[in-house]
Amino acid sequence: MQAQSMALSSSHPLAGTIAAWMWLLPVLPLLGFVINGALCLRARARVGPADPDMVHGEHDASVAASEHSSHDSHVAPPFRSLVSLIGPGVMLLSFLLAAAMFFAMRGVDMSTPFIQRYWSWMPVGDLKVDFAFQLDQLSMVMVLIITGVGTLIHVFSVGYMRDDPGYARFFAYLNLFVFFMLLLVLGANYPILFVGWEGVGLCSYLLIGFWFLDKANADAGKKAFIVNRIGDVGVLIAMFLIFANLGTLDFTGVAASAGSMPFGGALVTTICLFLFLGCTGKSAQLPLYVWLPDAMAGPTPVSALIHAATMVTAGVYLIVRSSFLFSMSPVACITVSVVGAITALFAATIAIKQWDIKKVLAYSTISQLGYMFVGVGVGAYSAGIFHLATHAFFKALLFLGAGSVIYAMHAAYHHSGSHEDAQDMRNMGGMRKSMPVTWVLMWIATLAISGIPPFAGFFSKDSILGSVYEHADNSVLGGATWLGMSGHTVLLAVYAIGLAAAFLTAVYMTRMMLYTFHGTSRASDDEQKHMHEAPWVMTGPLVVLGALSLFGGWLNLPAITSFLGPVGGLDHWLDPVVGSATRAITNGVALETAHSTEAALIGAAIVIAVLGIAVAFLALKPSSLVPKAQSPAEHGFEKVLADKYYVDEAYDAAIVRPTYELSRNVLWRGLDAGIIDNLFVNGSAALARGLGWLGARAQTGSTGVYAWAIVIGAIVVLSAFSFR
Amino acid sequence: MDNYGLFYQFHFYLFGIIAIVAAVTFVTRRSPVAAAMWLVVTMFCLAAEYVMLDAQFIAAMQVLLYAGAIMVIFLFVIMLLNLGEASDVTDIRGVWGKLLAGFVGLVLLAEVGILTRTGIPSGQYVVGRDYLGQQLAKYGAVGAVARPLYRDYSLAFELTSVLLLVAIAGAVILGRKESSSAR
Amino acid sequence: MLAESLGLSAILFVIGVIGVLTRRNAIIIFMCVELMLNAVNLTFVALSRYYGMGGQVFVLFVMTVAAAEAAVGLAIIISIFRHKQTVDLRNINVLKG
Repeated sequence: MQAQSMALSSSHPLAGTIAAWMWLLPVLPLLGFVINGALCLRARARVGPADPDMVHGEHDASVAASEHSSHDSHVAPPFRSLVSLIGPGVMLLSFLLAAAMFFAMRGVDMSTPFIQRYWSWMPVGDLKVDFAFQLDQLSMVMVLIITGVGTLIHVFSVGYMRDDPGYARFFAYLNLFVFFMLLLVLGANYPILFVGWEGVGLCSYLLIGFWFLDKANADAGKKAFIVNRIGDVGVLIAMFLIFANLGTLDFTGVAASAGSMPFGGALVTTICLFLFLGCTGKSAQLPLYVWLPDAMAGPTPVSALIHAATMVTAGVYLIVRSSFLFSMSPVACITVSVVGAITALFAATIAIKQWDIKKVLAYSTISQLGYMFVGVGVGAYSAGIFHLATHAFFKALLFLGAGSVIYAMHAAYHHSGSHEDAQDMRNMGGMRKSMPVTWVLMWIATLAISGIPPFAGFFSKDSILGSVYEHADNSVLGGATWLGMSGHTVLLAVYAIGLAAAFLTAVYMTRMMLYTFHGTSRASDDEQKHMHEAPWVMTGPLVVLGALSLFGGWLNLPAITSFLGPVGGLDHWLDPVVGSATRAITNGVALETAHSTEAALIGAAIVIAVLGIAVAFLALKPSSLVPKAQSPAEHGFEKVLADKYYVDEAYDAAIVRPTYELSRNVLWRGLDAGIIDNLFVNGSAALARGLGWLGARAQTGSTGVYAWAIVIGAIVVLSAFSFR
Repeated sequence: MDNYGLFYQFHFYLFGIIAIVAAVTFVTRRSPVAAAMWLVVTMFCLAAEYVMLDAQFIAAMQVLLYAGAIMVIFLFVIMLLNLGEASDVTDIRGVWGKLLAGFVGLVLLAEVGILTRTGIPSGQYVVGRDYLGQQLAKYGAVGAVARPLYRDYSLAFELTSVLLLVAIAGAVILGRKESSSAR
Repeated sequence: MLAESLGLSAILFVIGVIGVLTRRNAIIIFMCVELMLNAVNLTFVALSRYYGMGGQVFVLFVMTVAAAEAAVGLAIIISIFRHKQTVDLRNINVLKG
């Protein structure tokens, strides 16, 4: 436990080092937001709020392809060079600062978080919430991922959004997002985390609907916002429960007093499940995942940064941050891992039949997030964070690569004047000839996500699946019962589902690569001539991410690969934060799996991944594809998959439409128009008019009547006193 | 209860009965002048009661202010408006009006009776016994009233002077002849 | 003699009320109001023996207000009489808004 972590920050080993500047981490992006936002407003004032020409040009393009800005308007966005300097600049500064803090942290031996209190935020009765930041090994990892990957994506955006009239606005939102994300991971208590949590939701909404002139984009933003609200209610309720029962909301305080709740009791399970409800919203798990595929309506860098690398992992972070609670509730833990596993398989099956390149990646993200929840669910917190980190690398790479492909398709379509769908893989094919760099990098990411050694995803995915298998035997989870089933059985089922999802992952990723880059091009010859590699400002970040995807596994090597380097780096690094929680789940035993078992597990994972790729290569024939416009309709189960199991339609029929009907017929016509308007508003007016009429009749002007009224009034008042 | 001599009690009841009789007569007279004269009788009786209740200064003020000044103004106005004679048509309401008024009056009386029985602790001295007598002996009839008036209630006293000033101004303006204010 | 004084006061007050309710001559109604004020004064004086000198001081204030009221009220009656040539309430309903 971190009971002594309330130690004064002045006596902390990090006091006086560069870590004391951690407030600057979020403030730098905030500064960027303020400056870029001001420039955006200034620019708008210059060209007028709704300059029809500029907006119109963009609108046409977004109708045609719902992605990327138009090349019709060759007017450079206002303040482009200044914004290009500030937007990525603040991110780079923030990343350098984070890196400096990381090295400062490596130099000291710290077992407690470094907490800095800035001011008292909510002193209300017993509720005392400070505005405080907390730097520990976990938030350090998150900060490095956010600022590091964030910087790369900002640089990519400089190229990708180059001609967009909303250039300054885009970077303002992106900076604001990073600010809230850092607030989320640095906050020292649940309320600050929640402010960040809501803030990134806001930025997500703003950026999904960035091209809001197209109604579909604006609707996607609203959908994301509303679905997230459902989960946020869960977080709020969990916070209320924590405060009502433990009397504090500080992470350290809750960790210290969590032991006062009975182990595995209803209370701690309820808190954990409500927290997890929030996670299913923010991290797109069943049943609240539906917003994430639609969120692809936003610009591709946004999909990479927010809807793949950082924001959607906030749920994983929340569970790891609350590991002291989850480790006390086996039921909640198993629920998390089961939901994660089912989501992983479910989304992977949908991804197999998607044609939109970004939709494939979106369902892939949901699936991979499911893996992370499987990991943190079984108490392998460091494995979950490990997969979070490697996923941030290779999924950002995949999205940015897809962005480059779309960019090239747009350029081609612009020259040919075509209005085909630039994101549909049926219209691509053979792009490795025109985009060799992107092709190689995308293959690295694909192998990484499929789990082929020595790429990053192999190690993290293996770490999670291995933990599931081990914890089924040796942990409190294995001994617990879940919905009447033994935890052992459930976890083995989770392991099997995880393997199946891994197989599907390899299949659908290879499918995407085959259809996009291999075979012959399905675009016209004229269009093919205009497809070419994106500029270096876009490819450069891809190369960096490619290197990270290749070597990310060295963060946390498994014991069996000790010949590659030091073993379990991330496990040791995170041990002060999650070690006690992990040990609580594993009955205090540090699991030392037999090398033979570990080798068998790894072997199984590799075989599954290779099998998936092989199956995809054998079964799929890119040459038989025809462009989208001539494609035949799907039939049977294929159609069910392509239509995403009709979940959206089911939600529409079960929840959205009844809500509409209820709102329209009962709340609006009945309550609002009927009761409020007619009865209360008009009724009170009529009542006042009637009383006024009566009062006017009473004003006879005859003094005698008044005298009588006064006397009778006096009698009434006196009788009230008399007959008390 | 305090012990009062028979002489005292006799006179207290005597003046009380006279006051009631005079008041009833006052209310029932048709001629305003007669009514005013009966009201003066009531006021004199009340002044006598005040003396017996250790309020000699108030009794003097009752005679001077009420019976003297105010009632004289009333009579003056009655004469000024030439209303001395009873009008041909009676101004008293009919039988139903009288009955209803009597009923209302009885209800009011009953309620006041209930209130005084429950609300006022009779015979309990908040100040010392015979406090007024001591005050009178110490400061004299005028001084006993003047001391609290000018010490504890000086602000209210000053405000009444403003009130009187406003009343004088108002009376003058209202009473001016129409022609002088006509434009 | 507190009970007797309060009783006398109540009777006089009710007589005043009945006068106000039954008469229609404005001047007589006015005098009835004066009678009611006097009845209240008697209450103050009677209670001042038990509660201290404040009651008598208050009677002085009541008298002052009564004087002011008489001055203004009679002035109003005079000006009404100038317009209507009567002080009978049946003919006075100018209070109607």
